[in-house]
Amino acid sequence: MKTVTLTLAKSPELYIEGQNITPDQFAGKKAAEIASLDVWEGKLKGPLGNYFTVEGDGGATAGETKIVLRGDCTRVKRIGQQMTAGEIVVEGNADMYIGGWMKGGKIHVKGNVDSFCGIGMEGGELIIDGDAGHHLGSSPRGEWRGMQGGLIRVAGNAGNDTATFINGGTIIIGGDADIHISTHGEGGTVIVKGDAKGRVGGQMVKGNIYVYGTIENPLPGFKLVGEVEQEVDGETARFAHHIGDLGERHPVSKGKTVYANLYTRI
Amino acid sequence: MNELIVKNGFVFDPLQGIKGDRMDIGIKDGKFVETSALGNPKVIDAAGKTVMAGGVDIHSHVVGPKVNVGRLFRPEDKLFKSPLKRGNRMEMGFSVPSTFKTGYDYARMGYVFVNEAAMPPLHSPHVHEEIRDTPIIDNAAMPVFGNNWFTLEYLKNNEIENNAAYTAWLLRATRGFAIKVVNPGGTEAWGWGLNCESIHDPVPYFDITPAKIVTGLIETNEHLGLPHSVHLHCNNLGNPGNYTDTLDSLKLAEGYTAKNNFGREQVLHITHIQFDSYGGDSWRTFESKAEEIMDYVNAHDNITVDIGQVTLDETTTMTADGPFEHSLRGLNNLKWANTDVELETAAGVVPYVYSPNIRVCTIQWAVGLELALFAKDPMRTFISTDHPNAGPFFRYPRVIKWLMSREARDTTMKTFKWLERTIDATSIDGIDRELTLYEIAQMTRAGPAKALGISNTYGGLVPGMDANVAIYALNPEDMPSDPEMIEKAFSQCAYLIKDGVVAVQNGEVVAEPAKRTVWVDVKVPDNAQVQRDIYEHFLRHYSVGVENYKLFDEHVHNPRAIEVDATQ
Ligand SMILES: [Zn+2]
Repeated sequence: MKTVTLTLAKSPELYIEGQNITPDQFAGKKAAEIASLDVWEGKLKGPLGNYFTVEGDGGATAGETKIVLRGDCTRVKRIGQQMTAGEIVVEGNADMYIGGWMKGGKIHVKGNVDSFCGIGMEGGELIIDGDAGHHLGSSPRGEWRGMQGGLIRVAGNAGNDTATFINGGTIIIGGDADIHISTHGEGGTVIVKGDAKGRVGGQMVKGNIYVYGTIENPLPGFKLVGEVEQEVDGETARFAHHIGDLGERHPVSKGKTVYANLYTRI
Repeated sequence: MNELIVKNGFVFDPLQGIKGDRMDIGIKDGKFVETSALGNPKVIDAAGKTVMAGGVDIHSHVVGPKVNVGRLFRPEDKLFKSPLKRGNRMEMGFSVPSTFKTGYDYARMGYVFVNEAAMPPLHSPHVHEEIRDTPIIDNAAMPVFGNNWFTLEYLKNNEIENNAAYTAWLLRATRGFAIKVVNPGGTEAWGWGLNCESIHDPVPYFDITPAKIVTGLIETNEHLGLPHSVHLHCNNLGNPGNYTDTLDSLKLAEGYTAKNNFGREQVLHITHIQFDSYGGDSWRTFESKAEEIMDYVNAHDNITVDIGQVTLDETTTMTADGPFEHSLRGLNNLKWANTDVELETAAGVVPYVYSPNIRVCTIQWAVGLELALFAKDPMRTFISTDHPNAGPFFRYPRVIKWLMSREARDTTMKTFKWLERTIDATSIDGIDRELTLYEIAQMTRAGPAKALGISNTYGGLVPGMDANVAIYALNPEDMPSDPEMIEKAFSQCAYLIKDGVVAVQNGEVVAEPAKRTVWVDVKVPDNAQVQRDIYEHFLRHYSVGVENYKLFDEHVHNPRAIEVDATQ
């Protein structure tokens, strides 16, 4: 594994569109070539080196390339977008679309991120030590094929519209989540270790949601069917088991109707 | 003097019966001329290449409100698919491309005329605003009549002359081109939560049958002598077993002959007939009835059809057939847009994925190709994808490849998950026919131009006509062994000359000659009754005033009015 260190030298006036900051783009390139990759600030295209000092060369492949971002990346978007392998560490905050459409590899953000992170994710790991904004692990706008796989772990809170149209993969939120979780979901798992505000599992067809705290405004489309003991994220606990969304269509498998499951901790 | 000569190409012009002769084509001031009339022309070397008239699309949904709904509610149709600024303007979208991408992509394929398939009259200003923004290609747009309250009332009472006067008024009010009919009566019934599934199902309240709507509109059309015929999207479209309803619709044309001064011979054009050629009594027993349909079409020369070929893409369906879109939504559970257009029509939009892994989709693919391959008269059977309903228009080169190459069909069929069942349910595997370049020219320019009644201007290379020429890098004496090269040649034409200006070279747009709006201006005798009916309906029922409803001249971009005198 070779490490490329990007240090933000000049903070942008607008926001940087950083979709080229990926192990896939950096692989096989020398530091100077990496510095000449395009980024956009608003409508203006310029080299990465205008904003960042670049130290170290990329590995031979994406899988052998690690990127470390230093400095305040609060105004840098799309880091790790569509990456397939390798590793990215953001030492502080980052902006929107971090790990969007990610297929593999790992991103670790030590601060907070803004909205649309892990959007359309197919695989890999996205670890956020701070808070995440809205549309975490959601489907892109208009798209009915949402998160397919991978893991998103946020230590802090998440905004609204987490996991819209989720089809697979796991999202773990250490803190609280705002309204709309797994809307239109057809698979996958969302775990909220704090409280959820409301509209949890609206129009959900299949998949699982766990809420450890309270749901301030639960939906009437979910029905309590019993209690279960389950191991979730490495710890065993008892949950009230609800099925829903009863207002939505549901597939039938082996003669039995398949519902989405909502588990609330007791 | 702007003079060009296209030298030494292999020329295919079905309007003149020219079948690949090596000829020179002269162009002067935007029109074709005899080469002897040229002084010192600029030379375009077409040696070893195929030369045809600019392409003519008889049926495509490219402008207007439902197209824009498709654009608005499918942002994912643009995601990661809009990276390039190739022409003068940004190009966006896949199945519902932006206006600019639409114009450029048609031009890259060598097309110059596209007939917008359905214009809701109330929203005609929007249609014309988007025509203005669609570069290079000339456009016409067909207002929909088959569920219009005026039309239903006049035809119920057998008032053909009144219906003709109203039709002429609406063509002028909307700067429309022809009489489009979508699911006659069924779309009005949809306002009541119902449908007309056969041509004998009466329309609620109006109590007229689809059969009577269609024959009444054929009589209206021939009474006026319009350039194009009635252009029909059949009842019960898209459903297993509908081919009998389609045959019923086709038989409505029996006994009618075309009356017009535009060289048109058909009285009924059935559009995207692929969606109407199904047997079986459920999706499980779904099968092709293309042969039965084409047997009828082949034997009746007062009918033309376009195929509506499924291209096996992810696309966006959009039609004024409101109940059909509702049933489609029930099949695929995807998002659905639905609207009513007061007194006139309705529309729905649903995304659709035609997958090679789904048996019904691969049978539909076979049905479309069978229709074209069973056609005895390529001057009456046209290539279309009902863009974007069965696939995007920029797949025409792929459709041409399938029609010209058995090998290309076999290669695609090998990707089918249900190949055996597709073969069992269709005749496609037993068809060896490969269409010639001449037949392709018939199906993509000469035939559609004749059926639209515009073959004095478009679709051929005759002196006096608009100088629209498409040159393709295909040598008819040395056709490529790899069918992919056919698709490539028709996707990126070597040259498109539009009105005597080189617009595309080597598949890239190099100039944007002025585009036109083509519409039909019909003179009819004064009709006080119809004027009063229009006044009354706008007073009592429409939400807009009649003076705001009619298009202003400044709405209509670079108009070319086709004059029709129906006062005699
Ligand atoms: Zn259509």
